Amino acid sequence: MTTSLLANLLTEPPGVAHYMTVGAVMFVCGAMCMATKRNALGVLMGIELVLNGANLNFIAFGSKYLDNGGPQLGLDGSLIALFVIVLAAAEAAVALAIALNFYNNHDSIDVDRADQLQG
Amino acid sequence: MNAIYWPSVFFLLFGAMACGFALAVLLSANIVRMAFYLVMSLAATAGLFFLAGQEFVGAMQLLIYVGGTLVLLIFGVMLTSQERFVNMKTLAGDWVIGMIAGGALLSLLTAAAFSVPEWRGPERAAVENLPIEPNATPIGMGLLGARVDQIGAPADERAGMAGYLFPFEIVSVHLLVVLIGAAYLARAKRRSNPLPTG
Repeated sequence: MTTSLLANLLTEPPGVAHYMTVGAVMFVCGAMCMATKRNALGVLMGIELVLNGANLNFIAFGSKYLDNGGPQLGLDGSLIALFVIVLAAAEAAVALAIALNFYNNHDSIDVDRADQLQG
Repeated sequence: MNAIYWPSVFFLLFGAMACGFALAVLLSANIVRMAFYLVMSLAATAGLFFLAGQEFVGAMQLLIYVGGTLVLLIFGVMLTSQERFVNMKTLAGDWVIGMIAGGALLSLLTAAAFSVPEWRGPERAAVENLPIEPNATPIGMGLLGARVDQIGAPADERAGMAGYLFPFEIVSVHLLVVLIGAAYLARAKRRSNPLPTG
C-alpha cells in the first residue's frame, strides 16, 4: 500500500490537495508558533508561516497544471498571492518596529512581560 | 511501470523541505536557528510556486519575502539578541495544549483537502503536454486594470471581472504609509538627561 502510494506520487502529477496538505502543515506550524513562542520575533515568524501556507492554497487554485476539473481561480489566484506578499512585508515592518520599541522600553522581548494593559 | 514524472519528484522534494523546515521553526528554541529555518522553508515554498507554473509569484516570493522581509526579521533578531533571549524554552503545558490543538487542526485540514475528488491530482496525459505560458504579462496587465486572460470570455461573464488597478493603488499607498510609520516608530529616541547640566 505504502509503496504503491509512493509510486503513484512519483509517476502521477500532484494535485491541488497535495499543495493544500503542504499549506496546511505550514499553517498549523505557524499557528502553533504564534501560540507557544515566548520571543516576540518567534511569534512574528509564526505569522509569516501562516501567510505562506495560505498563499500556497491561492497558488494551487490558480494553477492550470494542478487542475482536475474543479473550480479555478486562474489569474486571480496569483494576483491575490502577490497582494498577500506585499501586505506581509508591510506587517513585518510595523510589527518589528513595535517589537523594537517594546524592547527599548522594557529591556525584554518576552511577550509574557507585555502585561501592562491587564486590568 | 510508468516512467517517473519529474515535476512530482520536485514537488516531493520542495514539499518535504517546506514542511520539514516549518516544523523545525516550530520545534527549535534558538531564535537565530528559527530565522534560518524560516528562510529555507520560504525558499522551498517559492520552488513550489515555480512548479505550479506561477514563476512570477515565485520570483517575487524570493525577492520580497526571502530577500526583504526575512532580512528585516533577522535584523530584529540581531538587535534584540541578548544572551537570555536567544534560547527561550516553551513551557511544557503550552506544548501539550498546542500539540493537541495543532494536531486536530492539521488532521481536519488534510482530511478536507483529500475529501474533494476534483482536488486530487489530474491525469498525467492531461497536464503533461500543456504549453508553458509565462504569466508575468497577464499579471502586469491585470495590475494595470486590463484582464488579458479574460478576453475570450463572453460579455456577461466578464461584467464583474474588473482589473486590479484600484487594489494595486491602495496597497501601494498602504505600503508607503506603513513604512513611514515603521521608520517613525523605530527611530532612535534621544534619551532625556536625568541630571540637567548647566
